[in-house]
Amino acid sequence: MIKKIEEIFFRSLMLISNLLILFVLALILLSIFKKGLGALNWEMLSQRPHGGYYYGKEGGVLNAIVGSLYLSFGATLLATIIGVPVALFMNVYLVKQKRVLNFIRFLLDLIWGVPSIVYGAFGFTLMVFLGIKTSLLAGIITVTLFILPIMIRACDEILKTSPLGLLEASLSLGSTKTETSFRVVLMQSFSGIITAILLSFGRAIGDAASVLFTAGYTDNIPSSLSEPAATLPLSIFFQLSSPVPEVQNRAYASAVILIIIILTISLLSRALSKKYHKNRI
Amino acid sequence: MNNTTKIKVDNLNLYIGKQHILKDINIEIPENKLTVILGPSGCGKTTLLKCMNRLTDLYQDVKINGSIFIDNEDILHTKTDVTEIRKKMGLLSQRPFPLPMNIYNNVAYGLKISGRRNKKALDARVENYLKQVNLWDEVHDRLHEPASKLSIGQQQRLCLARGLAVDPEIILADEPTSALDPISSETIERKFEELKQQYTIVMVTHILRQARRIADYVVFMYMGEVIEQGPAKEFFENPKMDRTKSYLQGAFN
Repeated sequence: MIKKIEEIFFRSLMLISNLLILFVLALILLSIFKKGLGALNWEMLSQRPHGGYYYGKEGGVLNAIVGSLYLSFGATLLATIIGVPVALFMNVYLVKQKRVLNFIRFLLDLIWGVPSIVYGAFGFTLMVFLGIKTSLLAGIITVTLFILPIMIRACDEILKTSPLGLLEASLSLGSTKTETSFRVVLMQSFSGIITAILLSFGRAIGDAASVLFTAGYTDNIPSSLSEPAATLPLSIFFQLSSPVPEVQNRAYASAVILIIIILTISLLSRALSKKYHKNRI
Repeated sequence: MNNTTKIKVDNLNLYIGKQHILKDINIEIPENKLTVILGPSGCGKTTLLKCMNRLTDLYQDVKINGSIFIDNEDILHTKTDVTEIRKKMGLLSQRPFPLPMNIYNNVAYGLKISGRRNKKALDARVENYLKQVNLWDEVHDRLHEPASKLSIGQQQRLCLARGLAVDPEIILADEPTSALDPISSETIERKFEELKQQYTIVMVTHILRQARRIADYVVFMYMGEVIEQGPAKEFFENPKMDRTKSYLQGAFN
């Protein structure tokens, strides 16, 4: 009897917390879409802000859409190129050095918690040191640094689940550790790696503070890496700061655009990861 | 024995941290015979097997003293690349670990990494080795399906095929039938009987009946030590040590 009560109690507890979370998320989405959809139109998607845009004049946020895509794709690409091999190295080459591994993981977890504005400030000093101005490049470098710990730890958590027996099997077939890393361990965890990349992309495209000093903000669309670039989160911030209610609604419309971009990337990566999931052992 | 020795383990001691896992191991494994390393669980048989292809390199805090000679080369103290050493040996583990790719590529993997890319030659070899382990008839029409879809018994045979495909001289098997159903186990055992004509097989097991069925040479281990070793007939019919006798009577299990 007591077991039955326990079961009912905890089940309802879990159900309630589930519903609560769903409710809050739905509320956020609903309020964004309610305010945003009204202001969303083709002009917002297809035009740059005209003069006086932030005071209610015409234009759109094409500069921020393109800038955000450039920036987050660039940063995610760089972070993948650096982060995936690091995680593979940790799980194939360092597999016997548990203490070293734990230390690296601890450090990564620590810098994961650093607020993104600190990365922005660090990126800025780096720019001064390298002698580059606020630009797409500076933004990409800073955001890469910002998402790297997330990328590495997320990949690491997935690679950790790859069984040691698989590593042994591949090595005993006479393959080197590098071949084993890329052909076996990576393939085993491929669907998870895609999720890790997606997670990093989400962080990259959604962050405002790290790009504030580094990528800057502009009404133009950058045509090279050395030009400043606008981003959606900052665009949302500037539009929200406007005294004109109409412009504030455009901020919500920009948020809708951001959500739709993330949704699209998420669905695409799911389809991709499904394709590779079937080979998993 | 009138056979040549393929693997000679010389005064091997292995420690993990402060634990003394293998104690003064001296064994000689004859070429082209099936040698069984027998003993109760936790006596160090698997660790000994993993020393032979240096998978012990992957474990933390392992310290090894002594030598393992394979064809007169001390694999623990050699300049030869460990990858080259491992190529000489196929490994069959307790649970099959097929590679995360399709059936065809599982067998072709070892060949591809050693540089063989000719599609026709690969096809022929894949077919050949899958036939050798009696798997071809079951999978020939779905070679491009993931290996993970096969049953455990089929997976273990696939692992044997992929091991054979890289032309090893030695097969190391770590309780290869422990996760399998009786029929699959029998297939593997019968396969081993055939394979020992060309390969030196070292098999770890704790199943006494299995050892009696297929062993040519037996190494009996207990608590990290080799208690007794010798040709199977002698070992089973006329054990010299008390501990062997009581093990054979079932006292340890």
